[in-house]
Amino acid sequence: MCVAVPAKIIKITADNSAEINSMGVTKTIDISLVPEATPGDFVIVHAGFAIQIIDKEEAQKVLELFDSCKII
Amino acid sequence: MQNNISSLINKINMESKGLGQINIMEVCGTHTMAIGKNGLRQILPENINLISGPGCPVCVTSISDINNIIELSDNPSNYIFSFGDMLKVPGSKSSLYEKRSQGANIKICYTPIDALDFAKNNPGKNAVFIAIGFETTAPLTASLVKKASENNIKNLFIYNTHKLVPPALEFLLSSGKKSNIDAFLCPGHVCAITGSTPFNFINEKYHKPAVISGFSAEDILKSILMILKQIKNSCPSVEIQYDWVVKENGNPIAVKYINDVFDYCDSFWRGIGKIKKSGLKLKPEFENFDIKSKFKTPESQIDEPEFCSCGKILQGEKKPFECRLFGKSCTPDKPVGPCMVSSEGTCAAYFKYEKYKI
Ligand code: SF4
Repeated sequence: MCVAVPAKIIKITADNSAEINSMGVTKTIDISLVPEATPGDFVIVHAGFAIQIIDKEEAQKVLELFDSCKII
Repeated sequence: MQNNISSLINKINMESKGLGQINIMEVCGTHTMAIGKNGLRQILPENINLISGPGCPVCVTSISDINNIIELSDNPSNYIFSFGDMLKVPGSKSSLYEKRSQGANIKICYTPIDALDFAKNNPGKNAVFIAIGFETTAPLTASLVKKASENNIKNLFIYNTHKLVPPALEFLLSSGKKSNIDAFLCPGHVCAITGSTPFNFINEKYHKPAVISGFSAEDILKSILMILKQIKNSCPSVEIQYDWVVKENGNPIAVKYINDVFDYCDSFWRGIGKIKKSGLKLKPEFENFDIKSKFKTPESQIDEPEFCSCGKILQGEKKPFECRLFGKSCTPDKPVGPCMVSSEGTCAAYFKYEKYKI
């Protein structure tokens, strides 16, 4: 239920929403809870909402790990 | 990766020597799943006992709430928007899944916003979002309600079952030595919102270690090692292992969303009972978004199925193998109790990954 995944913000679109990329999938999510997010930031996404801006380096590492062996 | 794991296990072996049995409760259902999937129970030293806690929101939703939601789905003007996990939960007579196959308007949503979009495009139909989850999900519901209010949407409602984690942990610790919890693995994504502060009572009042953990095998083992070090040095505190996601003060904007829209209230946890100030209710100015303001729903108390040990399992007093129904009359395909229904329920996780013991 509380599953959340890291994603990269590609661009801010209208009305508190942003386009993100997570593991090759592009989606539009809501960024009301992290209004300061800008393109290039990494966020953690839960049920279509970014819930926190996260550490870039670690996020990148985790996303790579995801890609290489689909763990977690 | 593998190297990291074996080196962590070596360290855990060393640190745990001579400590006696250590009972660590993993609060979150996602942790229970990760522990099962990675076989961590089998590779940890024998004196480290991981017990699963009440951290699966579907499992602790009361059966009367399930019945009420099912009843709401009987009204053809209601369109129920729910996360997928809720659909299989058996109510007293039926489940949302059964109702959907009989033609009721029940939609699985990816995000609460799906309900808002539907409400905007379908005046005259009621979009009812089943608001379930802990602090991770509550700000999403709060944002949904705020958006509906700002846009003057009158046909969006929530059926609210949100619950809060810290009061439940306090309940477990204060209700005596029943489960002998020595330390907590705290839920990483709940704490992404709340930060670590609301968990400080664990060491300040009960002098037990707590570590906020990420969800990979490595994260969980690192967190266990941090707990062992705290025990060894007799310095219990709340530490953050998942520090690239969890900040000490969490996400204050998300917390403000919760506080703007909700007040605290007592809440009934299935299998456990009423826990003070462990729930959220809409503030009076948002009450018109509560589906209960439109359709009266009963607050009844319904008994659990006979022999179901879910209550004890949710409080860490029993393991699934100790329930006589586990793997026999209760399986994920035909669940009897709530811990078998949700994919993150303790019994479902044990059935999937640890049924070797049956
Ligand atoms: S096995 Fe089924 S009945 Fe027994 S405790 Fe688990 S969910 Fe409840």
